[in-house]
Amino acid sequence: MTDTAQRRFLRAALPVLALLLGVTAITALVALLGNDEMALTVTEALVRLIVVVGLSVFIGNSGVVSFGHIGFMCIAAYAAAWATCNPMWKQLMLTGLPVFLQQAQYPFWVAVAGGAVLAAAVALVFGAVILRLSGIAASIATFAFLAIVNNVYSNWDSVTAGVSSIIGIPTVVGPWTALAFALGAIVLAFWFKGSRFGLMLRATRDDPVASRASGVSIVRVRLAAFVLSAFIVGIGGTLYVQFLGVATVDMFYLQLTFITLAMLIIGGMGSVTGAIVGVFAVTVFVEFFRFLESGVPMGDLVLALPEGSQEIALGIGMALILIFRPKGLTGSRELKLPGLGSSRRAMAPALTTTEAAARS
Amino acid sequence: MINFAQTFIDALSLGSLYALAALGIGLLFGILRLINFAYGDLITLGAYALIIPSTEAVATLFIGGWPWFMVIIAVAVIVVAAALLSDLLVFRHIRRADPATLMIASFAVSFVIQNLILMFYGSRPKSVDLWSNLNYQIAMGGLRIPLLQIVTILATLVLMGGLTLLLKRTALGIQMRAAAEDFRMARYLGVRGNLVIGLAFAISGVLAAVASLLLLSQTGTLSQTLGVPLMLFAFIATVVGGMGSLIGAATGGFAVAFASVFLQAYLPDDLRPFRDSFVFGIVILMLLLRPSGLVPTKALVERV
Repeated sequence: MTDTAQRRFLRAALPVLALLLGVTAITALVALLGNDEMALTVTEALVRLIVVVGLSVFIGNSGVVSFGHIGFMCIAAYAAAWATCNPMWKQLMLTGLPVFLQQAQYPFWVAVAGGAVLAAAVALVFGAVILRLSGIAASIATFAFLAIVNNVYSNWDSVTAGVSSIIGIPTVVGPWTALAFALGAIVLAFWFKGSRFGLMLRATRDDPVASRASGVSIVRVRLAAFVLSAFIVGIGGTLYVQFLGVATVDMFYLQLTFITLAMLIIGGMGSVTGAIVGVFAVTVFVEFFRFLESGVPMGDLVLALPEGSQEIALGIGMALILIFRPKGLTGSRELKLPGLGSSRRAMAPALTTTEAAARS
Repeated sequence: MINFAQTFIDALSLGSLYALAALGIGLLFGILRLINFAYGDLITLGAYALIIPSTEAVATLFIGGWPWFMVIIAVAVIVVAAALLSDLLVFRHIRRADPATLMIASFAVSFVIQNLILMFYGSRPKSVDLWSNLNYQIAMGGLRIPLLQIVTILATLVLMGGLTLLLKRTALGIQMRAAAEDFRMARYLGVRGNLVIGLAFAISGVLAAVASLLLLSQTGTLSQTLGVPLMLFAFIATVVGGMGSLIGAATGGFAVAFASVFLQAYLPDDLRPFRDSFVFGIVILMLLLRPSGLVPTKALVERV
């Protein structure tokens, strides 16, 4: 059986299509049948999906854990807040903003694009400096970056209103907008994964010495993924503030870093499917415990878990996953559809990523 | 000159606190390659152990009202128990995981401890009056030195001395150092891994307990994130000093404290709020220019 280009494309594209359909179906089901509160939950989950998929573009392909991406989210979110919040308020509170931001109120698209591009630009500069560090040192540097962003945005009063919130951002993001961007992020992540750069990057993850010997520049391929993932995470940030209507520095710090990393790890760090599964699994899990916290009527009495049980359960769940399924619920594999399976694998041994990268 | 000397003593006392915490983190990293984020929460836990668990706004002293040596022993026992429990339940099962995974696992432990505290003590910050007579200031040739600063420096010296004796003079200590240098080889030579690791967790627990008492008598306010900033600075101190080296951790603690106190004193007014950014920036510079830290260890040299 010969492998035509068309068949190969189909085999790569169909699982992606299935994932896109799955996410769309879940969103549609909740948004159309559920109440308003559920629509809010699904919107927030989709925004987080964008962030976690963005994280997986870098972490999944490079194998370097970044603790700093929520910093990019913060940068993009504030840029969107500056662009869209009420000019009267801006002139009163954010006196240090440049005039073009202070005087005008920009539309949704400009805010999203501006925020994401700013985050990507910062990632380009910062990544070029730190990505030559090895494994844990690079992770620590990204952590320091998060702390720096938090410190600067908490204290730069004339531009960020310090630790108080920026308010009056139009809340234009609902489930459908979030869905559209989430689907875009998934496609982008799969495209990068299959691209020449994605392949080379995974080669550096699996065998840095061999990949370097094959002519792969570790810093360059890592940087490409870093910038793209900061861009996607940035989009998540711009949507998040236009969903909530407020922006505060503390929204983008350790708590969110923990939850998004938990989602990625619970689903499976090494695959885009894992990122998607992780977001939905954690959201369902957290909502279930939130429901138990609010109290379940049992005959005459109402049984309720004490406040904080939801977070404790999430922490325990994550520790259990790390211990028993370190590759996550999906085993860090992508979705495979039955019937389209492994005809090529059967005929020839699969190429290792390093060999494949050397050929491309 | 007076100004400089005052700043110097401030830095010395802050450095002592950072060095204490950094030693606890450095010890675990040396043996386990674990950057323990839950360390800050162990410090918080030690402080909360002083009061009666309740969600009331007013804190009632429990252990905190005992004589000072009893307070130290009781808090140390509680924090050591929590540290050992975290190893038993989580870290013991992922010994072979890479450092980033371990760090994430410690994130999870930290999240659980923080929310357990929230569940039992409520989310409102509480003011606690622990050893407030330590805030008495001693005047000395134009300098005013709070007693607490002297106690902090002395406590650190005593603990560092004790730790050094333990590591250099006892069989267990020598085993610990061997394990920090090359864990696998040490085990081949008969070092009992879990015993050494348990001891490391216990020692780091004692250090956290003392740090929590010093920190609380300084701030006087309990909150769920009491220990987090201290943990962050102690963590970067271990990076600056040289990960895996204990002398490095202590040196790093003092280096970070001196950097931040002197930046606070001598930065221009506009830039002063961003002091922590400069300190974190120094960490990134260290990683790039001198990745093995101020006091490099042989154990961490990467070979390609």
